[in-house]
Amino acid sequence: MTNGEALYLADETAPWRLPSRRKVAIGCLILTESAMFTIFVVAYLFYIGKSLTGPYPADVLKTPIVSTICLLASSLTIVMALRSFKREGIEGFRLWWSATIVLAAIFLGSTAAEWKRLILDHHLTISTNLFGTTFYSLVGLHASHVIIGLTLLTLVLVLSLKKSIRRADGERIEMVSWYWHFVDAVWVVVFTVVYVIGR
Amino acid sequence: MVADNPEIPLNRPLASPSIVTRLHGLVVTVDHKKLGLMYIASALFFLVVAGLQASVMRLQLAFPNNNVVAPDTFNRLFTVHGTAMVFFVGMPIVAGLANYLVPLMIGARDMAFPRLNAFGFWMFLFGAVLLYFSYIAGPGLSGHGSAPDVGWFAYAPLTGRAFSRGNSTDYWTLSLLLSGVGSLSSSVNVVATVFGMRSPGMTLMRMPLFVWMMVVVSAMMFIALPPLTAAQIMLLIDRFLGGNFFNTQSGGSAVLWQHFFWIFGHPEVYILMIPGFACASEIIPVFSRKPIFGYSAMVAATTMIAFVSMGVWAHHMFSVGMTSVGNTFFMISTMLISVPTGIKIFNWLATMYGGKIRLELPMLCCLAFLFQFLIAGLTGIMLAAVPFDWQLTDSYFVVAHFHYVLIGGMLFCVFGGIYYWYPKATGRMLNKKLGLWHVALFFIGFHLTFDTMHIPGLLGMPRRIYTYDSGRGWEILNLITSIGVMFQIAGTACLAWNIIRSARKGEKAGDDPWDAWTLEWATTSPPPEYNFESVPIVRSARPLWDLKHPEDPDWKYE
Repeated sequence: MTNGEALYLADETAPWRLPSRRKVAIGCLILTESAMFTIFVVAYLFYIGKSLTGPYPADVLKTPIVSTICLLASSLTIVMALRSFKREGIEGFRLWWSATIVLAAIFLGSTAAEWKRLILDHHLTISTNLFGTTFYSLVGLHASHVIIGLTLLTLVLVLSLKKSIRRADGERIEMVSWYWHFVDAVWVVVFTVVYVIGR
Repeated sequence: MVADNPEIPLNRPLASPSIVTRLHGLVVTVDHKKLGLMYIASALFFLVVAGLQASVMRLQLAFPNNNVVAPDTFNRLFTVHGTAMVFFVGMPIVAGLANYLVPLMIGARDMAFPRLNAFGFWMFLFGAVLLYFSYIAGPGLSGHGSAPDVGWFAYAPLTGRAFSRGNSTDYWTLSLLLSGVGSLSSSVNVVATVFGMRSPGMTLMRMPLFVWMMVVVSAMMFIALPPLTAAQIMLLIDRFLGGNFFNTQSGGSAVLWQHFFWIFGHPEVYILMIPGFACASEIIPVFSRKPIFGYSAMVAATTMIAFVSMGVWAHHMFSVGMTSVGNTFFMISTMLISVPTGIKIFNWLATMYGGKIRLELPMLCCLAFLFQFLIAGLTGIMLAAVPFDWQLTDSYFVVAHFHYVLIGGMLFCVFGGIYYWYPKATGRMLNKKLGLWHVALFFIGFHLTFDTMHIPGLLGMPRRIYTYDSGRGWEILNLITSIGVMFQIAGTACLAWNIIRSARKGEKAGDDPWDAWTLEWATTSPPPEYNFESVPIVRSARPLWDLKHPEDPDWKYE
């Protein structure tokens, strides 16, 4: 009874295929992260125009067009990187992958510059008013995801320079790219909420 | 838990390993069965601790104007009791059952991500330790506070710096943040395991209902837990960085916290309850000697509960002053839940109907569950009606209702699950006589306590008061409620002793003591580390039936 030999009935059905557990897991992770962002977005929307004192978003926020373009473009470069990983060689992959990292770094840098301007010039901190509280939490939550993504991207680049990435790791790299696409998609929402609706 | 299979030579020392080696083994293990048992053992430990805290509260309330504990202590008791029971008893039991059983039931050798699994367990355990550590460390440097005393749903502005000094609330926040990460990693693991590691032939509609329900519960966690995490982060920002999320002085909203908490809090009830359904759905067919009635309806009902439960949260907030549209919406959506739950109850009854019912311990627990859960559901519908809720919200009627759900519903199913799967996990049966004592005592105690508790609620006794005056007609009812607790303690002691004693002295169970049909009974008891020597091939929803009855297999009729 123990070894289930007789369970081995010859099965004539089609070959047994299951979805990749990595893809399922990253999908679940993205779902759960989306739920968390939703709550922060709801809090932001709920508190629009409820600040009792200034500074108000209309006075101090500038639309971050360049950094948004950079971040969205990084989604394209990472697709190109994966494509070269699958088709061509490791050189093309490294090139596109590094481009992604540079674009992400530009985005983070411009967020840092924006925060510096808001804090030093406009004296808007997280405790100033409801706008400050919700703005820094939502944008900060997104920025922290960019930082995690940037760390993962850099890790992959370092590993590929050390030549310890093999063809079999394709799916792992693809998962990093899924996460990165997610971070980009969240920015579209954050951008709309903070810089379009919220002003 | 190394295999005791004589055919397989194992490189292990002849002498039994020292206690240090064994403890080290527990710390470094990534085996889903060990982790599952560690989850369940810790959950039972915290059940005893938080149960004793409840007993102290009942002692205080047994007589009017009693002085067993001070009001502050009482506040801490109900806060820590509630938090621990939900997060450190309910959640780890769910995670433990899923961890232990899901891979065995789908014919897999481990979870999809064994190390993530271990990570989740330790996050949960340290989260739980952090909550109880607050009794010592809560005062912090400022010397104020102790364990959290804000209630398990910690409404703002009670949690603000001004009203909650010291670090007691921070311990509560961090402890839930940590264990939340643990629960999420374990649920990601369950879903990845079920979708990615089923043995050949086990299509989704051939999975045991237990597995189905655990997948649904995990999926619910993805949506329901992050709001709690997000709200906790906001609370931390408020408390440490001077944020204004829930600070009403600068325009923040205390009601927003209630929404965020209950968006998590209500699905959480189903996250705890559905694993109970999962146990019942395995036990009732086996002890009725019939396949489950309406398998696909059960799957659909479970999924429907998951969806509808996401849109009912504000029924906890009828008295907060929402619009009548809001009240009506949440009243209707809440009542809608009774449809799929009703389907389930009828399916279990129909499974038993005409079956050869064996009144073993697991089945007894499930029978008690069916009656008790029905009553819990009925008081639930009463509370869903807005005018009724306005009258009785935050009274002992509500306390009685949700204890009826979680103890009468979930815990009885978990008891059933323990009696049912203990032989699989240890290779030995639990003692039947002790088990009967446990079930009988606990059953009597449960009904003494929680049937009675409804009435002081109807008479107007608010929850969370530390004492009350005599002459309101509450005295005798509170005394009966408290007397019931003694029976529950005695029953739990029987269970604990049974679990400890039977691990060594119990009757040998064999591989399949209940003549069951799912894959976990196809391997040895306890299962070897690799679960199955060869990966089983599945052709129907009852693979073990097919194996035992080659002349009349299920797959002929599918």
